Amino acid sequence: MSTTTRGFSGRRRQRTDGRLPPGQYDVGDAFPVLSAGPTPRVDLGTWDLTVQGQVDHVARWTWEDFTALPHEDITVDLHCVTAWSKFDTRWRGVSLDTLLEGISPGGSFVSAFCDGGYTTNLPLADLTGGRAWAVDGYGGAPLEPVHGGPVRLLVPHLYLWKSAKWLRGIAVTEHDEPGFWERFGYHGYGDPWREQRYAGG
Amino acid sequence: MSWARAVVRATCPESAGAVRLVLEVDGWSGHVAGQHVDLRLTAEDGYTAWRSYSIASAPQQPLVSLVVQGVDGGEVSPYLISDVQEGDVLELRGPIGGHFVWRAALGGPVQLIAGGSGVVPFLSMLEHHRLAGSDAEVRLLYALRNPQDVLGTGVLGQVGPRVQVTYAYSRSAPPGWQGPTGRLDAGVLAEHVCGPAAAPQTFVCGPTGFVEAVAGALVQLGHVPTSIKTERYGDAA
Repeated sequence: MSTTTRGFSGRRRQRTDGRLPPGQYDVGDAFPVLSAGPTPRVDLGTWDLTVQGQVDHVARWTWEDFTALPHEDITVDLHCVTAWSKFDTRWRGVSLDTLLEGISPGGSFVSAFCDGGYTTNLPLADLTGGRAWAVDGYGGAPLEPVHGGPVRLLVPHLYLWKSAKWLRGIAVTEHDEPGFWERFGYHGYGDPWREQRYAGG
Repeated sequence: MSWARAVVRATCPESAGAVRLVLEVDGWSGHVAGQHVDLRLTAEDGYTAWRSYSIASAPQQPLVSLVVQGVDGGEVSPYLISDVQEGDVLELRGPIGGHFVWRAALGGPVQLIAGGSGVVPFLSMLEHHRLAGSDAEVRLLYALRNPQDVLGTGVLGQVGPRVQVTYAYSRSAPPGWQGPTGRLDAGVLAEHVCGPAAAPQTFVCGPTGFVEAVAGALVQLGHVPTSIKTERYGDAA
């Protein structure tokens, strides 16, 4: 129950097609940027992506390997914990199903890790079933560094901080281990439809 | 974390385009300098809108001050700047964020670099520094378009001897200005911020393009990327 603010009417109105989660607004054509440190400058010559941690074997792709993996086009809505949502964003990338193929995980969680030291935790199940990608293209062009290029994670059914920029790999973990923002009071799971912004509700 | 009642105890212009709101928040648990809050407005028909604002006041102060800079075409900031009056009741959630923070116990040296309204969390840090009697060395490099855009003149006018404030003007400078002008490129930064040898904790806050350029130049100058904390707002250029 919210308190009415004297004299406030608001100018935007929410979408009525059921695509806007509670507490969000449509940011339109803008694409805000939020990150906790400098944008890493990545050398593609030494870049790699790995699946590691509690796994039967480590999988590793160089930049050349990664670009040769089957890519798909993805059109999804984004929901940032800071209240903006962006609709029908067009990405290109590799399904996590492809990256996890043939790997036997020894745990039910992952920690995505990145250049610059960022991490975020997710249940492994949320990365499978065609719901998560490692993307290297946005809007028909290579993904720009400021938006997470060369490769970022894209998990659009969770708040955008889970879609880690500058992705270098995922480590399978036995327990759910809080990542960068999760240790600073943000929610462990981050479902925008249940408005899981902050720890404890 | 739930929404709390926040009664407006004072509102005063901070610059031509910004206002300071002084709020008494029910059950406020205190904050760390650099943290932000969410502020929510609710229309008669139940429509709500909320935005995040950095806290400008120090943790030692009982009332929570926010400085709100107007955003062209914004939905929330025009209301906060033009319509809010003393005694109005808003809703607030927070404090939020634990990365872009400084406490006196962390010591120095500290380098703060602000672009425009990105100075707000630094006002909290500088007030905290003064009220804590901290002897940490702090430098603020504050980039503005024009001298009249300055926020926080009250705080910036009474910093102690351990704090050095440098202004940089990108559009117009005061008559006779000898300090930095134009954009904060590597040359300006090399001259006016703590060098990497001093191993400062560096905080950069402002619009995305500003933060991107400054943080990139600091890394070029030899600062360790993990020593640079950023907070940015707005679009990629």
